[in-house]
Amino acid sequence: MNNDKKIKLTINDKPIEVDEGITILQAAKMLDIDIPTLCYHPLLEPYAACRICVVEKKTGENSDLVTSCNTKVQEGMVIYTDSENAAKARRLNVELLMAQAPAAKPVQEIAKELGIEKTRFEIEDPEEKCILCGLCVRTCEQIVGAEAISFIERGKNRTVSPPFGEPSEACIGCTACAYFCPTEAITVEDLYGRKVIHNELNLGPSTAILVPIRQAVPMVPVIDEEACIHFKTGECKLCEKVCEKEAINHEMEDEEIEIEVGSVILASGFKPFDATRIPAYGYGRFDNVITGLEFEKLNNASGPTEGKILLANGEEPKAVGIVHCVGSRDKNYNEYCSRVCCMYSLKFAHLIKEKTNAEIYDFYIDMRCFGKGYEEFYHRLLEEGTKFIRGCVSEVTDLALTEQEEGKLIINVEDTLLGIVRRIPVDMVILATGLEPGLDQNEIARIFNISCSQDTFFLERHPKLAPVSTFSDGIFLAGTCQSPKDIPDTVAQAGAAASEALALADKGTFELEPITAEIDEERCSGCQLCIGLCPFTAITYNKEKGISEINDALCKGCGTCVSACPSGASQQKHFRDSQIFAEIEGIFIE
Amino acid sequence: MSTEKPKVAFYWCASCGGCEEAVIDLAEDILKVVEAVDIVFWPVALDFKKKDVEAMKDGSIAVSFINGAVRLSEQEEMVKLLRQKSGLVVAFGSCSHLGGIPGLGNFWNKETIFRRAYITTPSTDNPDGTVPLEKTEVDGKELTLPRFYDTVYTLDQVIDVDYYLPGCAPPPDLIMNALQAILEGKLPPKGAVLSPNKSLCDDCKRNESKPEKLTIKEIKRPWEVELDPEKCFLAQGVICMGPATRTGCGERCIEANMPCRGCFGPTDQVIDQGAKFLSSLASILDTDDEKEIEKIVDTIVDPAGTFYRFSLPSSILRRRRMEDIK
Repeated sequence: MNNDKKIKLTINDKPIEVDEGITILQAAKMLDIDIPTLCYHPLLEPYAACRICVVEKKTGENSDLVTSCNTKVQEGMVIYTDSENAAKARRLNVELLMAQAPAAKPVQEIAKELGIEKTRFEIEDPEEKCILCGLCVRTCEQIVGAEAISFIERGKNRTVSPPFGEPSEACIGCTACAYFCPTEAITVEDLYGRKVIHNELNLGPSTAILVPIRQAVPMVPVIDEEACIHFKTGECKLCEKVCEKEAINHEMEDEEIEIEVGSVILASGFKPFDATRIPAYGYGRFDNVITGLEFEKLNNASGPTEGKILLANGEEPKAVGIVHCVGSRDKNYNEYCSRVCCMYSLKFAHLIKEKTNAEIYDFYIDMRCFGKGYEEFYHRLLEEGTKFIRGCVSEVTDLALTEQEEGKLIINVEDTLLGIVRRIPVDMVILATGLEPGLDQNEIARIFNISCSQDTFFLERHPKLAPVSTFSDGIFLAGTCQSPKDIPDTVAQAGAAASEALALADKGTFELEPITAEIDEERCSGCQLCIGLCPFTAITYNKEKGISEINDALCKGCGTCVSACPSGASQQKHFRDSQIFAEIEGIFIE
Repeated sequence: MSTEKPKVAFYWCASCGGCEEAVIDLAEDILKVVEAVDIVFWPVALDFKKKDVEAMKDGSIAVSFINGAVRLSEQEEMVKLLRQKSGLVVAFGSCSHLGGIPGLGNFWNKETIFRRAYITTPSTDNPDGTVPLEKTEVDGKELTLPRFYDTVYTLDQVIDVDYYLPGCAPPPDLIMNALQAILEGKLPPKGAVLSPNKSLCDDCKRNESKPEKLTIKEIKRPWEVELDPEKCFLAQGVICMGPATRTGCGERCIEANMPCRGCFGPTDQVIDQGAKFLSSLASILDTDDEKEIEKIVDTIVDPAGTFYRFSLPSSILRRRRMEDIK
């Protein structure tokens, strides 16, 4: 196919020169001549089943009807796509298909185009959609490689089926056959109770190759190995075939890359508080109790509702309650203030007000509007008519006590300003969940030799004087891994961390602790007691030499290994035993 | 004598006699020793008296091997005499080197030891409460016994010591190496301990089995657990003094699946073996909770006897304060 030989032919009296080996259909496409097709797909081997693409081929005096999808071009060919003979044959074929599959929409469309109103032939099943084009069978064989379906029987009994009409083990459930079916004759049924992914909801991957989130950085698609047909059958690779930039490589594997760096900025973030930990708030039990992040998704213009604020039943809420401090400022969960919830709750209230006519209730302990323009925003919300209720929500329930509460979520709250306990019926409850340290916070701390404060957020070297540094030189902190903070604060801290790292890189050197420990090679027996004790993981065991060694750059001179070394091989500079004993002796000299 | 062989003396002080056995343990090598040297004084084996030693010229004995700690006035007298007559003095074995097992007597004094040994032990029948006296009149004649000191001393606390042969008792290969070095004049600097200056872990086969982070949650005594013959004792929660003890012993105890008790003493750079080991052990206790630490420490039966089993007189502590002994 890839030779340079050119073929000259004419289609509808238009001359064209094309590569050898292509089909008449492809050549016609180059001339912008439209030939209707049903069973043709550029990614599959042509099959010439529907025979809609029939054209007239003239060789001298002789004339012949051929299917353009699978007939290769030949030198001097003269083709007419719409000659009387061709059109007649095509009409006949369409009528035959109309009889075979009266419910197939694409057939009806082509018939309409050709001005055919009804078929001359007998219709057996008016509901039939399958035109026996074989796209599904070819897809399963040629793309998926599963070969789970094929044609069975012959003549008018011919149909597509897995072997013996039973659910096939060869089927990997990729639904590619249904995707390729032009007439919707194949439907996907979930036999195994697997979750069907609704493309229109945008809640999960719709294909195996996808951009994970809309704000993804870098903005490139990834392959979901779990869903990808190629990783199930070794075939497909359609994406690779259609990608003009040849950017897709199925052979790529996860790899661990070691990079030597002079400093590290930790920005490992946080984990949102798990609202199911407070059962009284009903998260997970009531459909319309959602968390802050879920509201963000709901509100997102590219989200499942295209940004409309809707209840689970698709209606607009008439009243919304926003509960502050969920998991924060609570001795049962986290004592600290998560800092961001007040402001995002106000934002939610504002957005709901903007988009709906709902009554909005904000249940707060204290309004913490500490940032630039924040207090003003709060006042704006007060003016907008958001109802602020100061007090802790004790419970969200669907147990109605009055008719008014029927079908609502009732928020039980102690209104500390009125001094009464109130029941407020709403349709939607948004839990302003707080920020918690990341899942692997302690593991990261261990790897980088840094400490965590009591709440497990990373500990800075000094809260005021060194807020982005840690006790390990060259390890800096940015963002919520250090403490809950909002975006402006995070950006500010990240900038500071970056400049600290740059300052270190610019200097090119850094000061070592003068008072470090050293292990005497001649004396160390390699007992390794010191290794697990070093809080800076500065000691490693040299298996070849059978001794432990201290990395000067990591050692902070804490002396733990010195006191632990049972053979006295580890000594601390300036605090050697001999020096200390000399000092003691000095004291006793009169 | 035309070809004068170097003269060698052996003497014992407060010891169990095991060190004498160690010399015999040289087996056929003892013949090589006898061939190379003249043994001029060896109370356990040869009939020479104090007066024979006194008659020798000062410094005429090439080397005296003295085992046992100094606990009696007689021992002090004899080692001082030998020091005078010898070119070199080698402290032989743990007791003369560090104080050894007799050194544990420094937790008591003469009075309490006598009371226990001669009066209060259940097997003693001594209604008159008679205890040994330095002077006794028998038939108008005065019998004397050496004085029993309140404190046990290491050899180098009484006389100047040139070298130390560690161990309870020193292993034959170290003895032969020492003898050879002396005979060939290939002597290390004075004051050296004639064994490698690394801790036992350096030679211990079980060192490989140590976990990445060695921690102890519970301390057990050897009889309380079925000891894994290949795993580090500390990793099994059993106190092994190996990390704080000089190597060179040939790991005889370890081979017999018993933890090191520390008879070789500390390495050169450690002043106090017991304190050093205690400091190490405290570092690897797997808790920060004070009460739990106390609980773990309580499981150590006889900590002083465990950590200072061989080295109390040579340690910084030396002995228990006399005024604290009841």
